[in-house]
Amino acid sequence: MEIGLNHYLVLSTILFGIGLVGVMKRKNLLLLFFATEILLNSVNIAFAAISHYYGDLTGQMFAFFVIAIAASEVAVGLGLLIVWFKRHGQIDLDSMSSMRG
Amino acid sequence: MFEAVAFYLFAFLTIAMFYIVVTTKQALYALTALAAGMIFISAFFFILGADFLGAIQIIVYTGAVMALYAFGMMFFDTTRDVKEKAGNKYIIVGLSTLAAVLVVLIVSAPMISENVVALYPVMDGVGNVQSVGLVLFTKYLIPFEVAAVMLLVAMIAGIVLAGKKMDLSLTLMSGEEIEEINLEKNKKVLS
Repeated sequence: MEIGLNHYLVLSTILFGIGLVGVMKRKNLLLLFFATEILLNSVNIAFAAISHYYGDLTGQMFAFFVIAIAASEVAVGLGLLIVWFKRHGQIDLDSMSSMRG
Repeated sequence: MFEAVAFYLFAFLTIAMFYIVVTTKQALYALTALAAGMIFISAFFFILGADFLGAIQIIVYTGAVMALYAFGMMFFDTTRDVKEKAGNKYIIVGLSTLAAVLVVLIVSAPMISENVVALYPVMDGVGNVQSVGLVLFTKYLIPFEVAAVMLLVAMIAGIVLAGKKMDLSLTLMSGEEIEEINLEKNKKVLS
């Protein structure tokens, strides 16, 4: 019953799959952002596990930068969403196809 | 033994929470489930001995990102049920699984060929926070500073986008335009 690297990689795969299902399925932009957070987090788990089992700190460093990027993405993304919602009153992806010929 | 129990417990909880996030129709349920999932993920970091990363996960994700989403949701109509794309379910699940397996294979391919050499090995007798600080402020100093600048830019962008009339600059406008804005303001106050 020893927990190895493979266990963590399988868990990371499952979480990444859930996040991808969310990205493909969702129409609401806010919930699409939630799905991308799941993707980033699943990759973070894989980085931390590899860092632990190989005794190397590089994985943890990458996880830090991923967290920093996620934080700034949320700030800019939410600002854009608020502007869009003020103009159009909804944040569905279907309402953003104004360039369709 | 203890580690195995903790791993399976938190794996089950995390998967359940994230499953709720992608399937629920209420945006509020998705938000709370996502916050719970983030805290459960930090448990994996503590199990793996990455204490600092676990603390950062709790502080940044559940403290900052989730709070930001909660404030952002006040602008949106979140009581309405979320409509979803009517696509073929099997294609979606199949493609997702395939893509996830591919990503993990790409990440783990160099490890299978056993070419991995520890660049910055974990030191003995030094805590996790200390060794992280040593590596972060020597080898990763420039990425660290760039990340700081990126966060500053993101903060300014968030303020300008979400604030009222933040896209106007009084110093770049002529006197008449400023007069016009003042007139509109007075009209609103009077009416």
